[in-house]
Amino acid sequence: MRETTAFKVFRVVVIVVLTIFVALPLYVMIVSSVKPLADVQSTFTWWPTTFTIQPFIDIWTTVPLAQYFGNSVIVSTAASLCSVIIATFAAYGVSRWRFRGRSVFTTAVLSTQMFPGILFLLPLYIIFVNIHTATGIPLVGTLWGLIITYLTFTLPFAIWMLTGYFDNIPRDLDEAAKVDGASALTTLFRVILPVARPGIVAVIVYSFITAWGELLFASAFVGQFQNLRTLSVGLTQYSSETAVFWNQIMAASLVVSVPVVVGFLLLQRNFVAGLSAGAVK
Amino acid sequence: MAITTATPSPQAVRPGGGGKDGVKRHQSKPWLPYALIAPAVVFELLIHFTPMVTGIWISFLELTNYFIANWSQAPFVGFHNYGIAISLTNAQGAALLNSFAISCGFTLVVVGLSWGFGMSAAVALQRSFRARAIFRTIFLIPYAIPIYAGIIAWKFMFQQQTGVINQMIVFLHLATPTSQPFWLIGSNSFGALCVVAIWRTWPFAFLMLMAGLQTINEDLYEASALDGARPFRQWRSITLPELGAVNKVLVLVLFLWTFNDFNDPAILFGESQPPAGDLVSWHIYNNAFTIQNFGFGAAMSTLLLLFLLVVSVLYLLFVNRRSTRA
Repeated sequence: MRETTAFKVFRVVVIVVLTIFVALPLYVMIVSSVKPLADVQSTFTWWPTTFTIQPFIDIWTTVPLAQYFGNSVIVSTAASLCSVIIATFAAYGVSRWRFRGRSVFTTAVLSTQMFPGILFLLPLYIIFVNIHTATGIPLVGTLWGLIITYLTFTLPFAIWMLTGYFDNIPRDLDEAAKVDGASALTTLFRVILPVARPGIVAVIVYSFITAWGELLFASAFVGQFQNLRTLSVGLTQYSSETAVFWNQIMAASLVVSVPVVVGFLLLQRNFVAGLSAGAVK
Repeated sequence: MAITTATPSPQAVRPGGGGKDGVKRHQSKPWLPYALIAPAVVFELLIHFTPMVTGIWISFLELTNYFIANWSQAPFVGFHNYGIAISLTNAQGAALLNSFAISCGFTLVVVGLSWGFGMSAAVALQRSFRARAIFRTIFLIPYAIPIYAGIIAWKFMFQQQTGVINQMIVFLHLATPTSQPFWLIGSNSFGALCVVAIWRTWPFAFLMLMAGLQTINEDLYEASALDGARPFRQWRSITLPELGAVNKVLVLVLFLWTFNDFNDPAILFGESQPPAGDLVSWHIYNNAFTIQNFGFGAAMSTLLLLFLLVVSVLYLLFVNRRSTRA
């Protein structure tokens, strides 16, 4: 396929402009994280006067970063795994059966994307407190409340994406399994899931990223408990203090970003494939 | 809503007794799809729908800090909170309207430019060329990076004395070192907010559009090229219509996420709340939680929900009518 000169110019301009826009904060983050404190307290320089890795050491004592990190890992892992399991069952049901209430279910689930988080933040907290006092299930003062909140937040998009993915898997596979006497769940686990791996991976990645970055509900639910704060709450609070060690917080940002960014980039092919399937609907 | 038809019975999810009723199996177990969606229904009810209904109910109460310890005793005040929220003669009502207007401007700018950037990048990277994978990877980083990490980096860049933005402005002689602008307080904060929001929003548009482009049959382009269609013409007559389904969802989702945006102002501005960056979620949060008037906060949130609902429904009606006519 021939490309016109105009298209080539367009491509170069788009790529150059967007690369600078995207990369500038990343560069600032990286270069500031290896600067001594004096450097980040005066006019910005593109290169450190002296190169130091001290910020990467100091940040662990400036804020309880290990604690925040642990909490974020627990919450994000649990939420994304639960979300993908629940979404898989729901998407399988929606994709393979025509039942009464099906479209109401899919519409209702997608409509939750419209709810302003700010509207149900306080009511949800009140509900958690009541469940806690009534049944003893510890939803307040623990990470459980955050886990079930996040898994629910990611369900709508996960169900939508997986339904699209399952719809693209030919029914002949199901029929063949059925003829062999496989139950519906056996079909799901032995036939559908192996084919749907990219979609499953995409959902896990999406849920993990969402949970890892959420701030509003985390501040409300665990913000007042020093030992339960997640990275989003802890680092945001620190960045709002009056005297911020910017080199240290840039180092911290880098440390918490690298695992998710690397994981995402390794799995991006799956992610795009999963989205494509959802998108063709 | 959906909920009455789906009897939640999580224990039913266990694999049913083997049997060899073959093809007719699905008819013989009409409860099976309901069992499959039951866990999702339970969580949606608990975390999304019940709190929302409770929130709407709270908006009719005088739920101030005086009653918060014993919130069931808060007096019912009917539409009193709504009256304050929509009254323009009242300072709080006027502040809400102002905040709504800022959010509208913010959403237009952020969704428009994010979509434009995402579409440009997706089309630029549509055909393979050397280094395509590298640029695709770079463009996706702001989506993968934790929201707060990206915004905190921008917050540092926008610092008045030590930030890179003012360093560049001085370098380009647009300001002298003594007259460097403030970005996180005052009227510039709206621009700063938009830049940060676009930075972390456009990669999602890029991602969705790129995924959509992969489903377009290459033959369409080949055929139109034979007919002499130039790239822009191809984009208008092939790419855009073929991406219709993706765009429909994408624009709606971008609109909802951007209008409800809380993270950007909360992290960027922290305790200082510049009036120019007073997005509606942030405004409601500050009113409900710092002033501790939760009933009024709930009324404002309910109005926000109504607004989003009306816009979404109108949008979907408009888009669907156009697509059935085409």
